[in-house]
Amino acid sequence: MTDIYLGADRATEPEIAAVDAALRAGGIDPVVQPETERLYTSGRARRRERRHFLLPALHALQNMSGWISPGGINYVAEVLDVPPAEAFGVATFYDLFRTEAPSHEGDTFYVCVDAACQIAGYDDLAESVRASGGHVHLGPCLGQCERAPALFVQGSGGRRDYVPADEDPFVLPQAGDPSLRLLRRIGTADPDSLESYLAHGGYVALRRAGEMGAEAVLEAVADSGLSGRGGAAFPTGVKWRAVAAEGGRPKHVVANCDESEPGTFKDRIVMEHDPFAVIEAMTIAGLATGAANGWIYIRGEYPQATARLQGAIEAARAEGLLGPNSAGTGHDFDIAIWRGAGAYICGEETALFNSLEGFRGEPRNKPPFPTTHGLFGEPTAINNPETLLNVGDIIIEGPDAYRQRGTERSPGTKLLCLSGKVGRPGLYEVPFGTTLGTLLDLAGGVAGNGELQAVLMGGAAGSFVGPDSLGLPLTLEDTRAAGTTLGSGVVMVFDTSVDMTAVVVRIAEFFRDESCGQCVPCRVGAVRQHETLVQMQKRGSLSADRRALIDDMAEAMVDASICGLGHTAASAVRSALNLGLIQEAPAA
Amino acid sequence: MTAATITETAVSLRIDGRSVEVAEGSTIHAACVEAGIDTPTLCWAENLTPVNVCRVCVVEMEGSRALVPSCSRPVSDGMVIETDTPRVRHSRKMVLEFLGSGVDLSQADDLHRWMEAYGADPDRYGADDHPVERVEEPVKVQDELYIRDYSKCVLCYKCVEACGDDAQHTFAIAVAGRGFDARISTEFDVTLPDSACVYCGNCVGVCPTGALQFKTEYDLRQVGEWRPDDQSVTRTVCSYCGVGCNLDLHVQDERIVKVTSPSDHSVTSGHLCIKGRFGWQYVHGE
Repeated sequence: MTDIYLGADRATEPEIAAVDAALRAGGIDPVVQPETERLYTSGRARRRERRHFLLPALHALQNMSGWISPGGINYVAEVLDVPPAEAFGVATFYDLFRTEAPSHEGDTFYVCVDAACQIAGYDDLAESVRASGGHVHLGPCLGQCERAPALFVQGSGGRRDYVPADEDPFVLPQAGDPSLRLLRRIGTADPDSLESYLAHGGYVALRRAGEMGAEAVLEAVADSGLSGRGGAAFPTGVKWRAVAAEGGRPKHVVANCDESEPGTFKDRIVMEHDPFAVIEAMTIAGLATGAANGWIYIRGEYPQATARLQGAIEAARAEGLLGPNSAGTGHDFDIAIWRGAGAYICGEETALFNSLEGFRGEPRNKPPFPTTHGLFGEPTAINNPETLLNVGDIIIEGPDAYRQRGTERSPGTKLLCLSGKVGRPGLYEVPFGTTLGTLLDLAGGVAGNGELQAVLMGGAAGSFVGPDSLGLPLTLEDTRAAGTTLGSGVVMVFDTSVDMTAVVVRIAEFFRDESCGQCVPCRVGAVRQHETLVQMQKRGSLSADRRALIDDMAEAMVDASICGLGHTAASAVRSALNLGLIQEAPAA
Repeated sequence: MTAATITETAVSLRIDGRSVEVAEGSTIHAACVEAGIDTPTLCWAENLTPVNVCRVCVVEMEGSRALVPSCSRPVSDGMVIETDTPRVRHSRKMVLEFLGSGVDLSQADDLHRWMEAYGADPDRYGADDHPVERVEEPVKVQDELYIRDYSKCVLCYKCVEACGDDAQHTFAIAVAGRGFDARISTEFDVTLPDSACVYCGNCVGVCPTGALQFKTEYDLRQVGEWRPDDQSVTRTVCSYCGVGCNLDLHVQDERIVKVTSPSDHSVTSGHLCIKGRFGWQYVHGE
C-alpha cells in the first residue's frame, strides 16, 4: 500500500471502471503498486511515473459522475500515489471539474460570455438552452468566436463532450485562394484520411527532413526567421537549437494546443481540418531537437480537434509514420494527447507543464527556461500548432523562398482570427505586412452599423486600436511600435453601436476569474482592477484618483507578477481608457 | 566531506552601487543580507524552498524587463541590482497594499513596519458604497492544538511547503480553488482530525500572519490576555526521544503558551513533531 492517508469515502463501481479505463488507455495498470520506499526518499520526482495521469483520471471521474466525488478522489489518490489534498487542489483548479455533487441531471451546457459572444447576445442562447431544460454554465471564451455565441456541451454519465456547431458545414472564407500557404489543405483534404493528406503533399517535409538531418533542419528553421505565433514571438530556431544542444536526459516536444485567449480560434480550425500537418510538424521538431516524446496538450473544450488528432496519430502510427524509426527517418518519436480542463493560464508554457504533470496549473518562475527545464524538468521544445505548421514549407521550399512572403523582420504569413462586427468572421491567412484596413476589407468590412469604433488586437491580453489604425501594417515590428500587438492573431471588430464599457468590464472580469492566484500582484490586482471598473460603470464616470489607481495597479502587475497573465491583465483596459472608449457614461 | 574540501566559487555583483561578493548559487536576497540591505520577505523562510509567490522582495535587475524576485533568483557574475528605485518601491508598496486590502494583517507584525516604510494604504480601494471583496472565513477550531483563521491568510504557501516536501511529507493540505478564491485546504475541506494531519505544527511554526495559531495563543487573544512583552523564552532540549531537538518554550504567567524551535538549529531546522510541539502539559502536572 501507498504511504498516503485516505479518508473513509470509497469510489463507486462505475467510477472505478472509468478511472481504470482511462489509465489503461494511457498504458498504465491501475493496480496499486506495493511500496518499498516512503515518499520522502525523493519527493516530487519519484511520483512522476504515475502522477501525470491525474488529469485523465479526473476527467474520467467527472465524465462518469458529473462531479469528482470524495470517494473518486481517494481512489485516484491511491492508484496514482497522489495525496488526496493535492488531488483535490488540482481538481478545484479547473472550470470543467466540479467538486460538489451536481444539482442537475444530465449534461452541462457551457455558454461563452466573452467579448465576441457578449456582443452577439449570449444571453439569448443561454435562455434558449434553459428553456429546453439544459443546465447552463456561463464561462470564458470557448474558441468559437467566428460563430458566436458559442456553446460547448460537457457530457456526464459516460456521454461524450460535444460542440453542437461542429455539425454545421465548415466554411473557410478564403477557400480556393491560391496564395494560401498554411491553410491550403483546409476544406480541401479530408481530415480523417491519411491517404488524402498524402495526396495533398503530406509527409514530403518529414521525409525531406530525414534526408537533410537534424542540423540542416535547425539551420533552415533559424534562417527562415520563424518566430512563435502564440504572442511572445520567440525565434523558433533559437528554441529548437537550445533543446538540440541538451544531452543525457529524455527530451520532449510539446504542442501547446491550449488556445484560450479570448478571440482566438486559429489552432482549433487547423487541428480540426489539418490534423496530420500538426502531427507531421511535431515529428520534424522531434527529429531536429533529438526529442523522442511528443505531447499534445489540448484544451478540454475542443472535442472535435481532440478526436481528429487522436485519429491522425493512430493512422500515422499504423503506417510507421510515428513510432520507432518514424517514416524511415531513423528517429523514434511518438505522441500522446493530454486534455486540459478549462484554465486560461494553462496556455502559459510552464503552467502547461505543471498541469500535464498532474500539479496545479501555476506558472513556474523563469529562469530556468523550458529548453533546459521543461516538462518533467527535462529539455522541452514547446510550440503552438500555427508555429509548427510553418515548418513544413520551410523544409520543402527552403528558407529563402519562405522569406519571400512577409517582411524582413516578420517573414511568412500570419493566421488571423476575425470576429465581432465584421462582414465575414472566420480564419484568414495573409502575409505579414498586410494592413489592418486591407484585412478588414478582405473580411467583408465593418458590420453592424458599418461605423468602426475600435478593434481589439491580440485578445484580452492585447489592446484596442481605433479607426485611425487602419493603415497599420500587421507585422511584429509595426504593431510593437504602435504600442499594440498581434498576440495570438485576434482581430475583433466593434462598431459604434457597441457599449465598450461593458466589453472592458468583462475583460477585467476575465482576468479576475482566470488568475491562478499564485502571486499577489495578479491575484489581488485583477480583482481590484475589476472592482474599480464596475464602480466606474455604475457611477458613469471615472474620477482622476480612480484613474491613477488603475495605473498604479497596472504598473505593479506588469512589473511584479510571475507570468504573462499578470503582465497583460491591464493592457486592454488601459488602452481602452487611453482611446477614450469608455470615457462617457453608458446609458443607464 | 569536510568544510575544507569544498571549493566555493565566488561571484561578484553590484547592489545599489556597492560591490558584493557571495558564493556561487546564492540568491540575490542572500547577497542583500550579506551587503546589509534589509529586504522585506513574506513567503521566504530560511528553512523552506523559495516559492517566490508574494513578490514583496522584488528588485530591479539590469537587463530584465520585469522586476525579479530576490528570494529565488540566483546571482550571476556581473549582475547589477537596485533595491530602492521608484519601481521597486512601487511594486513592494502595491503588494503590501493589495494584501492589506484583502485579508486581516493585524497580527502580521513584521509587515507593519514595511507598510509604513513604503507608504502602503490598503484603505484606498473601493468606496463606502462599493466595498471591496475580502477573504472572510470563520475561524476553524477543530481540536485543542491549533486553529486556522484563513481570513488572515496571505497564501504564502509556507504551510503547504512545511507539511509537504520541505519538512513533514504528510501532504495534509494544499492550495485549492483558483485566483482570489484560492484557499489552503484539506481534501474537500474535511476537518484536520479527519485529514492526514499528524499535528506536527510545522505549518504553525512558519505562518507569518497568525492565520495558523496555537490554540493556547488563540484562547489568550480572545480574552485579551496575549502579552508577548511579558513572555520569556527558554531554550531547552526536548525530553521525548534521543534526537535532540532544541525547543524554545514561550512562557507567560508561569505557563507555557507555545513552543517553537530555532530555524537555524542543525537538528530541527525549526521543525518539530507533535510531542515536542504540543506535548508540554505534563510540565504543569496536567
